[in-house]
Amino acid sequence: MSEGYVLLRHRELPDLDQLEVYRQNGGFEALRKAVNSMKPDDVTQVVKASGLRGRGGAGFPTGVKWSFIDNKNWPHYVVANADESEPGTFKDREIMESNPFQFLEGVAICAYAVQANVAYVYLRGEFWQIAELLDQKIQEMHSAGLLGDQLFGSDYSLRIYTHLGAGAYICGEESAMLESLEGKLGQPRLRPPFPPSYGVFGKPTIVNNVETLTNVPMIINRGADWYRTMGTEKSPGPKVFSLSGRINKPGNYELSLGTTFRELIFEHGGGIPDGKQIKAIMAAGASSSLIVANEAALDTPMDYESVPSLGAQLGSASVIIIDETVSIDWLINKTMHFFRHESCGKCTPCREGTFWMSHLTERIHSGEAAPEDVNLLYDVANQVRGKCLCALGEFSIEAVLSGIDRFRADFDARVAPKQGEKLAEAAEN
Amino acid sequence: MNTLELKYAQEIEKILAKYPPDQKRSAVMPLLYLAQREENYVSEQALKEIAEILEIASTEVASIVGFYTLYYDQPGGKFRIQVCTDMPCALRGSEQFMQKLCETLGVQPGGTTPDGMVTVEGVMCLAACDRAPMFQVQSGEGLSYHENQTIESALEVIEQLRKNAERRNGNE
Repeated sequence: MSEGYVLLRHRELPDLDQLEVYRQNGGFEALRKAVNSMKPDDVTQVVKASGLRGRGGAGFPTGVKWSFIDNKNWPHYVVANADESEPGTFKDREIMESNPFQFLEGVAICAYAVQANVAYVYLRGEFWQIAELLDQKIQEMHSAGLLGDQLFGSDYSLRIYTHLGAGAYICGEESAMLESLEGKLGQPRLRPPFPPSYGVFGKPTIVNNVETLTNVPMIINRGADWYRTMGTEKSPGPKVFSLSGRINKPGNYELSLGTTFRELIFEHGGGIPDGKQIKAIMAAGASSSLIVANEAALDTPMDYESVPSLGAQLGSASVIIIDETVSIDWLINKTMHFFRHESCGKCTPCREGTFWMSHLTERIHSGEAAPEDVNLLYDVANQVRGKCLCALGEFSIEAVLSGIDRFRADFDARVAPKQGEKLAEAAEN
Repeated sequence: MNTLELKYAQEIEKILAKYPPDQKRSAVMPLLYLAQREENYVSEQALKEIAEILEIASTEVASIVGFYTLYYDQPGGKFRIQVCTDMPCALRGSEQFMQKLCETLGVQPGGTTPDGMVTVEGVMCLAACDRAPMFQVQSGEGLSYHENQTIESALEVIEQLRKNAERRNGNE
């Protein structure tokens, strides 16, 4: 990227996690500029003009979301979604660990834009150490007058608090997160109303992903036009791609949206270990449809518009690489085990569907299934579709349906009667 | 004031200050972590005390313990070694790592060593897929990540945990 890093700036600026260093590199100038010289709505307009889209998976335009805040109902809240739990995603962690102030500044600017005086950072329980680190950074901001009352001499005040979850993937779903923040079971709400009108404690709330918010200070500092020089017209800006699975150099890669799979996998990721062939790609973690990794797919740009042409989604851009040695029935069994474990149990199609699908995938993978069980699995998956309150249930079937549609042979091989059994059957008859 | 309030008065005050005064219930998760610091699990007594502090029913507190996987209603080992065996880590050998670690420690997955020190469990994605095999160690004091592990390095981590625990016991 010609401009250098926007999000993972710590990779070229050592000690950026130190307040002094962050401020020497323009840190908190965007917050100061917003609070001292911009109306809250002007901030929202700049973010809208930048075209920034939510980086948590849904890709919803961030500025548009902020403009939905209900100004007839007060107080307002901001909740930063740091519940990073999608298998294959580990980008928010790196941002919070190594560039925490840029993230916190983004939280603060968002809070100013919607005039929230309290913001929460909801972290997955496993991020215990990161929560401790953020608490310390928040304290430093208070001491430096970057949080608290009358910010920069204005009448605006802001406090940021961390809140730890306790090991439930579903809490990354925004309405389940709000329930959890209220001290309840992390189960999704029926929507509408959406959080900008009815969020935490029943008050208007903006929920944004960590990476999304980390973009904001740079957008305020350098403007919407600058931001649009990166990425594509409909998916502007940089994105952190988490690359994992069968790849030589797994890790986070900050690249423009619209970079091809081929560039990520072979240029940055160093290709597939042991000279093996790439077989499939999951671009959105366990919630992905399986992409057949042919030449056309590898040349597809990774942005929110292009990936759907492959019958898949970009999601949070957690790109998991599957090579020719992996049987897709094993992969589906793993993802279904995950969804069965993480289904919150609120709606029947998801709770029962993931249970029975995992029962079937286990039976298929262990070689005990009858050939018709593959169709049965496909049927059960289809019956879950469109019947769940939140995306968890809907996403649980993506890998199953695409796996069977696109890699049927892997399943058939597992359920075909073995030679010995055929002989035994023949003998019996 | 109950036992938890007496022991952690300052911490509890700090936790409650994070939430609006009429939304005390939000503090249930941080208070459960506080209670778990004591015995590595949430006892019946702790459930009642948290319910008292938050003015909700203790069955509601128990439902939170049941729903979220990082809370325990039964005592386990002093340290829980939680190996990520989810799909991206499994693509990098975490299932074999888990199996070997269990064999070396002489426990079944989910089991605890005879001295009650270490419980080994397979868990879902921990957001460290690029550094598999990896595990987290959960104890009353919190959680720590250990990445790019081998059996040798894992045994060293466990040895260190045992030593720290012994030292702490010696000091008490």
